[in-house]
Amino acid sequence: MTMRPDPTFHASPKLAMEAPAENFAYTLLLSPDFSKPDALAVIDVKPGSPTYSQIVHTVTMPNKGDEFHHFGWNACSSALSPLAGHAFIERRYLIIPGLRSSRIYIIDTKPDPTQAKIHKIIEPEEVFKKTGYSRPHTIHCGPDGIYVSTLGGGGEDGTNGPPGVFIMDCETFEVLGRWEIDRGPQTRHYDFWWNLPRDYMVTSEWALPPQFENGIVPEDLLSNKYGHCLHFWDLRARRNVQTIDLGANHQMALEVRPAHDPVREYGFVGVVVDTTNLEASIWTWWREGGKFHAEKTATIPPEPAPKEKLPPLLQGFGAVPPLVTDIDLSMDDRFLYVSCWGTGEMRQYDVSDPRKPKLAGSVHIGGIARRTAHPNGKAFAAGPQMVEISRDGRRVYWTNSLYSTWDDQFYPEGVPGVEVMANVGRDGGLELDKDYFVSFPDGYRAHQIRLEGGDCSTDSFCYPSV
Amino acid sequence: MFDGLFLLPVGLDWGHASPALWLWLALLASGLYHGVNPGMGWPLAVSAGLMDKSPRALFRALWALSAGHFLATLLVLLPFAFLLVLAEWQRPIQIGASLLVIGFGVYRLIARRHPRALARIPPTQLVLWSFAVAVAHGAALMLVPIYLGLCQAFELDAGHEAVGALMKASLGMAVLVSLVHVIAMVSAGGCLAWLVYRYLGLRFVSRSWFNLDAVWAISLVLVGAVALAFNLAS
Repeated sequence: MTMRPDPTFHASPKLAMEAPAENFAYTLLLSPDFSKPDALAVIDVKPGSPTYSQIVHTVTMPNKGDEFHHFGWNACSSALSPLAGHAFIERRYLIIPGLRSSRIYIIDTKPDPTQAKIHKIIEPEEVFKKTGYSRPHTIHCGPDGIYVSTLGGGGEDGTNGPPGVFIMDCETFEVLGRWEIDRGPQTRHYDFWWNLPRDYMVTSEWALPPQFENGIVPEDLLSNKYGHCLHFWDLRARRNVQTIDLGANHQMALEVRPAHDPVREYGFVGVVVDTTNLEASIWTWWREGGKFHAEKTATIPPEPAPKEKLPPLLQGFGAVPPLVTDIDLSMDDRFLYVSCWGTGEMRQYDVSDPRKPKLAGSVHIGGIARRTAHPNGKAFAAGPQMVEISRDGRRVYWTNSLYSTWDDQFYPEGVPGVEVMANVGRDGGLELDKDYFVSFPDGYRAHQIRLEGGDCSTDSFCYPSV
Repeated sequence: MFDGLFLLPVGLDWGHASPALWLWLALLASGLYHGVNPGMGWPLAVSAGLMDKSPRALFRALWALSAGHFLATLLVLLPFAFLLVLAEWQRPIQIGASLLVIGFGVYRLIARRHPRALARIPPTQLVLWSFAVAVAHGAALMLVPIYLGLCQAFELDAGHEAVGALMKASLGMAVLVSLVHVIAMVSAGGCLAWLVYRYLGLRFVSRSWFNLDAVWAISLVLVGAVALAFNLAS
């Protein structure tokens, strides 16, 4: 307990943008063949620092085979919620779930990020016993604790019952139990986020564990068996109030990015692939007249490619699907960044008019067929994947791994972990920074990035920007 | 029911009834104290005003917060209003109430966690939220010793009146105490909310938010202890 709210808590997105820039980036490292323990890398991102763009500290876990994916803070600006009265906790602990093992690590980042260490380990059995869920994924700090989405239900293969969300205590990190009271038709899970003062949550769907753990199942994809629905929930009542089916051909609705300003009742979701034409799409969802709506507002076409440039999985199609695997919205809700992991492109859309995204910037790097090198000349395996934006919106960081077994199917030549950064112009436009290029130790791939003091996919707010 | 209203001027008469004067001042002070405490809800009024882009939403929220706080205070005072009918038991009642307040303060000092159930109240139900917060944090309980002291100062606990009249007077006093407290509270909280909304800006929300948990618990213990000391001395 502190005497004052953590200085990294901000009442509104605007105040968060005005706060001092990040000095460190935390990045999850995974060992794709499970031969080494997964790790958390702490990277110096302070311009001018002698160790700029280098790993300055690594926390290596005591187990193997966790498969790190997403992670999050124990507390963020949502602690300033006038309803919650929890303002006196620190943004201090990183909650890192093992997607494959269901083990959860709590990492203490104080007194200094370069001394980060393991604070607590929650063994998989506790998660199974208390929630009936498995394969924890997205972490958000919420009104009554830390919310964790899961991709699996009970049983060995995670198909015994639907996956969902569970809650952890934000101080003791005890697993408290399931969040849902009435899940309605929801049977798959992926990402989730919310609008706290408007009291709703949005969840998305990827797949059930047998559809992803050993790699993508092409027959399931072509028969549209991956997730394609958005679920809208009454946050405090914990009830599913509406489900919108995006259409079965819109396979894998992944990252949910609501506007940060709570006055704005809209957000975005990315769809990986349309099975009718290999297109990727961006959808805008919004609430109007008490109902939620969603429509496809941007599409990204596949790029034809000769068979010899394609992995066996794609050779029959003669084209590279863009594969939008992550999206992220800037703090001012102006730019949406879209990772095209297949074609090797990071797109920047101006979404000032949320239902009419306009392409404002783009950089090519990596890609199944293009294989564009970084401007510094170094190779960039795979394509842009997990993307994180600095609070001030001036820097966009990303890594290149999607998921161990999927990486191997789409990029059989291997995916050495890399993290790059692009600078954003005042009115849009993206340019890769020549000096920022982080290579990770051999045998490690890199997944999600979290920035010191909060970032654009962490903090949620209870006051509008004024 | 509102006989208590006529007692107010008497209480503010500087010439006599000085214990009553101090009690009225303590009541006003408790209202101001609860009002400026962000935990009792003024930031919600700021948020409401900003979300709806209208000062009217701010005042609507203040109204809801006051109603909830008033109901909580009244609910906690009512049992004591009924108990006062048992005139010959007034001393044990007062000592018991003081001990209750001290005990709750000590409990708040030890159990510092906020009740998680409060986080389940939707943002649209501000009256319920304010009511639940005031009950859960002992805001209403803090007023019990002041209320009992006022009843004693105006001899509502004296045995010379009929039970009916006594009841009417003690209930009236409970309503009056709750009203005065809530008016002081909403004045303080409302001023702060308006200043932040109109002039100071949202940065003030996090800058002004001090952890009052310990101070709050100690306030409960102090109020109870002062009341107990007076009761034991009299």
